[in-house]
Amino acid sequence: MPFNASPFENIVGKDQVLTKTVDLIPYGFDGTAELKQLPAAVIFPADTAQVAACVKEAANQNLPIVTRGSGTGLSGGSVPMAGALVICLVRLDQIIKIDPANLTIRVQPGVITKDIDEAALAHGLFYPPDPGSMKISTIGGNVAENSGGLRGLKYGVTRDYVMGLEVVQANGETARLGNACVKDVAGYSMKDLFIGSEGTLGIITEVLLKLVPRPKARKTLLATFSTMEAAAEAVSSIIAAQIIPCTLEFIDQVTLKCVEDYCKIGLPIEAAAVLLIETDGHPDAVDEEAAAMELICRERGADDVKIAATEAEAAKLASARRQAFSALARVRPTTILEDVTVPRSELAKMVTFVNQTAEKYRLQVGTFGHMGDGNLHPTFLTDEKDREEMHRVHEALSEIVDETIRLGGTITGEHGVGLAKKEYLPRQFDDASFAMLKLVKQSLDPDNRLNPGKIFDPA
Amino acid sequence: MSATKQLKDLDYSVLQQCMHCGMCLPTCPTYVSTKRERNSPRGRIALMRAVADGNLEVGQELADEMNYCLGCLACTTACPAGVDYTTMFETARAETEANPNIGTTKRRLLRFLLLDKVFLYPNRLQFLGHLLRIYQQTGLDEFVRALKLPYLLGKSIGRLEPQAPRMNREFSDECIDTWEHPPEGVARRGKVGVLSGCVQSLAFSDVNRDTVDVLLHNGWSVFTPKSQSCCGSIHAHNGAPGLALKTGENLMNQFEREFFSLDAIITNAGGCGSHLKHYHSLMGTEKARQWDQKVKDIHEFLVETGFEIPGSRGGEKHRLTYHESCHLCHGQGIKQAPREILDALPDCERIELPNSDTCCGSAGIYNVLQPEESARVLDRKLESIKTTGAECVVTSNPGCHLQIQGGLNSLGLPITVDQPVSLLAKAYRESFS
Repeated sequence: MPFNASPFENIVGKDQVLTKTVDLIPYGFDGTAELKQLPAAVIFPADTAQVAACVKEAANQNLPIVTRGSGTGLSGGSVPMAGALVICLVRLDQIIKIDPANLTIRVQPGVITKDIDEAALAHGLFYPPDPGSMKISTIGGNVAENSGGLRGLKYGVTRDYVMGLEVVQANGETARLGNACVKDVAGYSMKDLFIGSEGTLGIITEVLLKLVPRPKARKTLLATFSTMEAAAEAVSSIIAAQIIPCTLEFIDQVTLKCVEDYCKIGLPIEAAAVLLIETDGHPDAVDEEAAAMELICRERGADDVKIAATEAEAAKLASARRQAFSALARVRPTTILEDVTVPRSELAKMVTFVNQTAEKYRLQVGTFGHMGDGNLHPTFLTDEKDREEMHRVHEALSEIVDETIRLGGTITGEHGVGLAKKEYLPRQFDDASFAMLKLVKQSLDPDNRLNPGKIFDPA
Repeated sequence: MSATKQLKDLDYSVLQQCMHCGMCLPTCPTYVSTKRERNSPRGRIALMRAVADGNLEVGQELADEMNYCLGCLACTTACPAGVDYTTMFETARAETEANPNIGTTKRRLLRFLLLDKVFLYPNRLQFLGHLLRIYQQTGLDEFVRALKLPYLLGKSIGRLEPQAPRMNREFSDECIDTWEHPPEGVARRGKVGVLSGCVQSLAFSDVNRDTVDVLLHNGWSVFTPKSQSCCGSIHAHNGAPGLALKTGENLMNQFEREFFSLDAIITNAGGCGSHLKHYHSLMGTEKARQWDQKVKDIHEFLVETGFEIPGSRGGEKHRLTYHESCHLCHGQGIKQAPREILDALPDCERIELPNSDTCCGSAGIYNVLQPEESARVLDRKLESIKTTGAECVVTSNPGCHLQIQGGLNSLGLPITVDQPVSLLAKAYRESFS
């Protein structure tokens, strides 16, 4: 059935429906490489009622729906399918209420992640999840992908902060899940089903988030190593010493050079690997932890350990790390980013395996990631126009995925399955669990209306 | 050089460089205004790539989008991947402008008059400047405005007329000699050229005078050719590379006889400087390469070579805030040097302006061609300025200066606008006189 714009225009207004090619081309992709597909239309509802009405009208016209925020996802979660209706939630961008008495904040899904933390800051509070794209990513997208970030090690990921959700279901009905109570065991924890559901179960139209007290002090360390293995061992030793820093990031030399090329802050580009470590909390605890970690790094063969002298210097280092993925695009036209995660004790093994695999397939790879939580981002630097090389990239990825699963890891730590990783999912869900995934989808979205073909193929 | 470069001829890796991560979105003033991907850097790049791929026609829609872009280059600072947006943008602008089926008659005429007939000829610009000076100094402007006569020429002219740059009593050629030397007792350090600019020469000849004074005070002999050509930045940014080449060559010729004796060629306008440092990519000659190396922004030059710190007069400190010209901070990557100069002024206190590196909406002739979006962008800038509580906004580009001054006046705010080099010159005059 061809797309009929006028019922949608009646819901959201004529100027909030895009159908011209020139308007649609920029909605044909998100932050993921290689994936591109024009939708039939993009629509911008202003509130929950409009979202619900659009879902019902999409059912009338039998259109698949893709929900989108700022389109910074890294697994193709918001890449349209042919003929799809993109529901873009950027107009639902209000912070509804910050509640310092209950340490919560209620927001619409189009609010930018960083703005949530800034609103919390005004009350001395803290919203810790900080995905690399936090300056532009929306909270709705963060919840849908269960985004992580640099502070995952100590503070957890988006899921750990979601207390309640409002969702529009595939049938157009609206449900409110969870509440502001710290304890709540009434019924199934339905909100948890929607966190990380990648837009396949419902459309998130409101989020109630938990906030925590803002740490009083923080210290940032930069440790340089002459081998990647030494850096990985230092991480294991820090964890084994029962220190949980806020951030424990790893950057290899290839990545380091790209980042320095961009931000020019004097990173030690001659090092084989660096660890960026941040500890926060009570000033005394911070001093003690920083000193202990510095000692461990030196014992593990660090060539140098620097402590950021000022807050501004620390912020620069953290920001440099957040740019790592994009900065890698300086080397080759296409950057294929992976997100494999292993138990922390297996980290050194995994890092070595990635490098051996890259060598075996004659590929250039830059690796960085959240060492402290076992979440690595090996990034292949390649060219999507070179089909032979792309074939080798996919062979290498397949081997890395198998090794990850063998080590007891997961194919994606924080980016989601989407389209990019769906061929690997059955390898990880290799028992009755895969059928369970589909069962959930079938019961909540029997017509396959919402983001069909993401995570797994329709039954 | 070929008549007009096209998107299809661009090295594909330039288009492919964008990996659409979205880091540019929050820094793009038009995306912030509309939250539509098409109005964002990665959206525009996607359109340009679609043209190169043969998936999109070069038509009115593409032209409208390219014209909607301010060309502020905030995206290039934000881009970790190092995407060369400037080349893509200027190519797309040139391609759409060269297409005879695109554009309204009014826009084409306005653009033709400005680019082909005025900015190309310093004498015509000066003549217009003289007329405008008479118009303003006789008070005729107040009279005409009171009768709302400009509105007879259309609403946009009516709104813009009060923003016409206030002409100086003396133009640069009248107040700066071709050669000037440091006063007795100041050790001579070398020779520099000064680019007096086109609009700057007429409306900001005082800033040019201050620039020369600061250089003289610091021991530099100054060469300022008369009747200087426009540098061509207005042409390059508005899709007229051929005219940019012509006027750029004229300007280089005016410095020809002293070129090798000069230690540097100084520019004091951010928008011009960004273009003046890239003549090589436009002309491709060895001479242009040497020229690019010699061109220095005044703040960059003073901080690199060292400048004398003026003495204090005492009394209450003057509260300033600094707005960055886009083409100084994003185009030339100069962020700290102007702040260092302001922080060296003993009687001033600088308050950091939130989003200081976001465009004010002047953007060359954008405020003339896209007045509505320009006003939206300006409103956000004025809001930021208000939060600082500063008595004076300091900036270093004639376009920003006029735009912000106009905005502050329209709100009736008692905040002045000045330039770093003028404040430095003033401090020298007061502390050493």
